[in-house]
Amino acid sequence: MSAYGSVTDRLARNSYVLDEAECHIEVNQEIARSTGTGKLLVRVCPAQVYGEAPDGTISVNYAACLECGTCLAVAAPGALTWHYPRGGFGIAYREG
Amino acid sequence: MSDDVDFDVIVIGAGVAGSVCAHQLAKAGHEVVLIERGSEPGSKNLSGGVFYCRVLDEVFPDFVSSAPVERRITRNVLSFLNGDSHVNIDYWDERLAEPANAVTVLRARLDPWLAEQCEQAGAMVMPGVRVDGLLRDGERVVGVRAGEDELRAHVVVAADGVNSFLARDAGVRPKEPQRHLAVGVKSVIALPRPVIEDRFRVTGDEGVAYAVVGDCTQGVAGGGFLYTNRESVSVGVVLRLDDLGARGLSSSDVHDHFLAHPAIAPLIRGGELLEYGCHLTIEDGPAMAARDLTRPGLVLIGDAAGLTLNTGLTIRGMDLAAGSALAAARTVAAALSTGDCSGEALGAYRTELERSFVGADLRTYGRAPKFLENPRMYGDYGRLLADVFHGIYTHDLRPRRHLVGAALGAVKASGVGLGQLARDGWAAARAL
Repeated sequence: MSAYGSVTDRLARNSYVLDEAECHIEVNQEIARSTGTGKLLVRVCPAQVYGEAPDGTISVNYAACLECGTCLAVAAPGALTWHYPRGGFGIAYREG
Repeated sequence: MSDDVDFDVIVIGAGVAGSVCAHQLAKAGHEVVLIERGSEPGSKNLSGGVFYCRVLDEVFPDFVSSAPVERRITRNVLSFLNGDSHVNIDYWDERLAEPANAVTVLRARLDPWLAEQCEQAGAMVMPGVRVDGLLRDGERVVGVRAGEDELRAHVVVAADGVNSFLARDAGVRPKEPQRHLAVGVKSVIALPRPVIEDRFRVTGDEGVAYAVVGDCTQGVAGGGFLYTNRESVSVGVVLRLDDLGARGLSSSDVHDHFLAHPAIAPLIRGGELLEYGCHLTIEDGPAMAARDLTRPGLVLIGDAAGLTLNTGLTIRGMDLAAGSALAAARTVAAALSTGDCSGEALGAYRTELERSFVGADLRTYGRAPKFLENPRMYGDYGRLLADVFHGIYTHDLRPRRHLVGAALGAVKASGVGLGQLARDGWAAARAL
């Protein structure tokens, strides 16, 4: 939380075109757990796309994704499938 | 050369690199399509540094006066930041205003303008299309695939950014080591123009850029930045991925810590958040750009080629993107005119690049990334500098010491050691 609100509050000011038909992120729960990638994703993602449930399951709120690719860069092999949303969908920066 | 093509050249990604390359090739009379996955050019793009724009003089002669740029940077501040102190080098120079040396830009405004110049030069701009992969004929890249559609060309130019899935598809880029990459987290905060002018001591269309090291990142290798736009301030942090992972911190928390820092908070106080964004960036451009940048029928430019330079004082990407785009456009135009777009013909891109300022600067700063891996840069040296000045300015009625004595005392107390300081100083001189 900062003077500018929680990350969720801040993302609400951004402009997104949500792709309701297709999620562009998929976590392999087994590998994410055994490699520690899950906890790492929760920390590194600036948009807080990833969350960890009490049982260790990693949740994905792909609608918040800013498409930076940090998660893919830190993920252990096989832990994450990540590609850009389909053309025209996802974040639409108005400042940049 | 086969005539079975839809275009002479397909350029993927309407950022600085892609648009400059498409513009040059279209202007030379080639059939060019510029494909962009955002619904509008710029909608996926985000930068965290100033644009050293002299490279565009030869492309758009009136760039600074006609393009939607924000402010000309005439004041550069290098800040060593600690929890409760900072030491700043504040460099203001009117000579930086004319000719414009560096400008701040907001990519959602700049990139549509660049794409418009491409259209005026005769290129077709195709937004809202995600390229899913390369089309090959044997070893040769012959086009791209987007969903069900296929487009063919003599040459494909990949300007698809730091994550370049096309460079991976082509086998040019392996999974990048985490120390080569950093995540930038940025807020754009609206402030009225008079507030910006008063707070940052700038007038007209002039502006200031801060580069910050130390407590801004809570010790994570990387740094903070802040620069003025016309009616907003862009402020954020850049965090090297290996170190962010190792230190157990959250990237958004580090960003929030920086904005709340007593040295930074007053600069953005009362502002309204316009946008919160992030982008992956490159920490070891020289290592990444040393790899192959071409395949038969394929050329990589800009971030996709790894072309970013962090010298500690300046962080550069957009100028190198434009420089590489110019080198690629020259190579591709020559290849198209001879009808030979093989790997060998496109391999001349490396020579063009080496001959340009891009290659020269990559060589000059080849050691910078290694130097910036030095953890003392992100804590010890900021405190040491503050301790030296504290020794100079604190008058607690104890007898004063000469400057050298005060400085040596601070070095001794810092635990860095004179030998270490000398070695780091020498390394800095060689790297930067």
